[in-house]
Amino acid sequence: MPDVPTRILQGHGSGGEMMKSLIDAVFLPYFGQPFPGGMADSAVLPVSKLLPVFTTDSYVVSPLFFPGGNIGRMAVCGTVNDIAVTGARPAWMSAGFILEEGLELSVLREIVKSMAEEAGRAGVRIVTGDTKVVEKGKADKLFINTTGIGYMDEKYFHIHRGRNVYAGNKVIINGHIGDHSIAVLAARGSFSFSTPAESDCASLAGMITGLLERSGGIHWMRDVTRGGLATVLCELADARDFGVELFEPAVPVSEPVASACDMLGMDPLYLANEGKVVMIVDGSEAESIAEYMKSHPLGASTAVIGEVTGEHPGEVVLHTAAGGSRLVHPLAGEQLPRIC
Amino acid sequence: MIRTGTDKAVYEGFRDPERISGLAAQIRREAVGEYLFMEVCGGHTHAIRGNGLDKLLPPCITLLSGPGCPVCVTSLSYIDHAVSLLALPDVVTATYGDLLRVPGSRSTLEKEKAAGGDIEVVYSVNEAVELALEKPDKRVVFLAIGFETTAPGSAAGLTEAVRRGAGNFYLLSAHKIMPPAMKAVVEGGTRVTGFICPGHVSTITGSGIYEFMPRDYGVGCVISGFEPADILLSVLMLVRQVNREEPRVEIQYGRAVKPEGNPKALALMKRVFRESDEWWRGFGVIPGSGLQPGGEFEKYDARLVFPAFADDRDEKGACICGSILRGMKSPADCPLFGSVCTPASPAGACMVSAEGACNVNYKFSNHA
Repeated sequence: MPDVPTRILQGHGSGGEMMKSLIDAVFLPYFGQPFPGGMADSAVLPVSKLLPVFTTDSYVVSPLFFPGGNIGRMAVCGTVNDIAVTGARPAWMSAGFILEEGLELSVLREIVKSMAEEAGRAGVRIVTGDTKVVEKGKADKLFINTTGIGYMDEKYFHIHRGRNVYAGNKVIINGHIGDHSIAVLAARGSFSFSTPAESDCASLAGMITGLLERSGGIHWMRDVTRGGLATVLCELADARDFGVELFEPAVPVSEPVASACDMLGMDPLYLANEGKVVMIVDGSEAESIAEYMKSHPLGASTAVIGEVTGEHPGEVVLHTAAGGSRLVHPLAGEQLPRIC
Repeated sequence: MIRTGTDKAVYEGFRDPERISGLAAQIRREAVGEYLFMEVCGGHTHAIRGNGLDKLLPPCITLLSGPGCPVCVTSLSYIDHAVSLLALPDVVTATYGDLLRVPGSRSTLEKEKAAGGDIEVVYSVNEAVELALEKPDKRVVFLAIGFETTAPGSAAGLTEAVRRGAGNFYLLSAHKIMPPAMKAVVEGGTRVTGFICPGHVSTITGSGIYEFMPRDYGVGCVISGFEPADILLSVLMLVRQVNREEPRVEIQYGRAVKPEGNPKALALMKRVFRESDEWWRGFGVIPGSGLQPGGEFEKYDARLVFPAFADDRDEKGACICGSILRGMKSPADCPLFGSVCTPASPAGACMVSAEGACNVNYKFSNHA
């Protein structure tokens, strides 16, 4: 094997020998050889009687490493979660890398390693990939695109559309909101204070699969990423014949996030998460579902935070801790830059 | 929200639902007339609507948003001036993120940044000073906006830059002071019967700056904190002042505000700034309401160093930001609100800032 330099060079994206040596040195040791013959431009996948579910997402988070995760782990979790919340089991994944010339190979190796570890945890195989190198200054170190394929049992088809949601259903979330945004902003040096907040970056597939096996009462799920809890619930209620009541005192927010939000004038309802799922579940099963989630490591601070109502269709109303109420709208324009 | 941790005792009492409903009930019992209270500060507007406190008050109490959102009262010409600086190759403009999307007469800083304008978004004046030290071959202009709350920070930044030998650091100041604007509100004919006075401004200034209000205009003032119980208690205090016909200046936010303010910050402001006549959106020029670098610091005044064609015009067309800032109208009265003008595509500054009356109303109430 030819020597691999310590930094990414233009030639590593050439498609030639240098690229092969990079793949051999960095990618294959972690991603392995999914099929005989090594990793190819196309992976031929087995057929299934189940419904295929297909998703893609790009990751540009800055900085690459932050408390609780890194861009690689996020790139796996995000795509896994997008599939898992439809009720499907994630199975296959691609990984496309855009590397900036000069990136340290040790950084890339660290990221690839955590992608492989996270894929292992989530039960998905990374079976195809791509690498491009751009000149120094034309990208910020490293961007990743992942595409995922999962398989869904037909009986869960109603979940992604929320077809069975009706008044009296409960709203459940698997824990504290906003930690990812605050952790990444802090890691970027955006605050003049320090915070113990850590990203909640995690693959939810295991918890969701366990839940679906136990309960038929899950009517809708969504991972709570950009736009936050507020935006996700507004999208659910939009143009439907039901509304959502959200009880502010029940929404779990960790102390570091609450303090940072107080100081910066941010609303945790709009902050991004990377390991949160919000569910609409049958009222009669809400407690048992919440109990199961609390027993799972990714759901220790699970809470029932609201209810589906026949009143105010299409609208999300927040009942505030102070005893007042107000409408909740989707995030407008003020995005926090590059947190995912 | 469920908050876990050790320091929650610091604020928990101010958000205690029982205390809040008790205060609201007391207000309902005592409010026997008609009350028009203006919360001067955008932070209060946000806290009131965000916590749904307006829904807890009886209909005889009207809360109006005032001119205390610094982004909202920023003139078009200030944004135009900031945009014009981008044409100078050796100038780097440092700004708080809030200003990026405020419309000038032709462009916004956000659009100019996308087109390659040399704009750095900073979270504090210190970052802008560091920028000047890192780039000695550039001239760094800090867009200094805000009331008495942020003016001492800009003053400290400028003195620090000078102390560290950064002769390339300038302030383009839109700093303003609160009392002249409150005076303009009552003189402009808005029948305010009490002011909920800004808590953060008052930590710097103390309570003395409001004394003219009860004395000359018979309007009471309560300096309020920002938690739900703070605001309701301040409303109750104002109701009592009106009922007893005893307008005066009271401090509700005693845990942060002292009558004498912060003498160190005041001294620093006095050293660096001189008072100037300043244009406020919705009001026009208010005499003695602005702060510009003066004396030995005048040479760091970007208005003088980088003069621009300044044509103070109020916003055009149907936008009624001006009337809203004077307390004459509310966002729902505006034909653009929620249709043409949204946070994603703001027509006026009140829709841009998170503390602007239109933005707060858009976020927390019906605009379909």
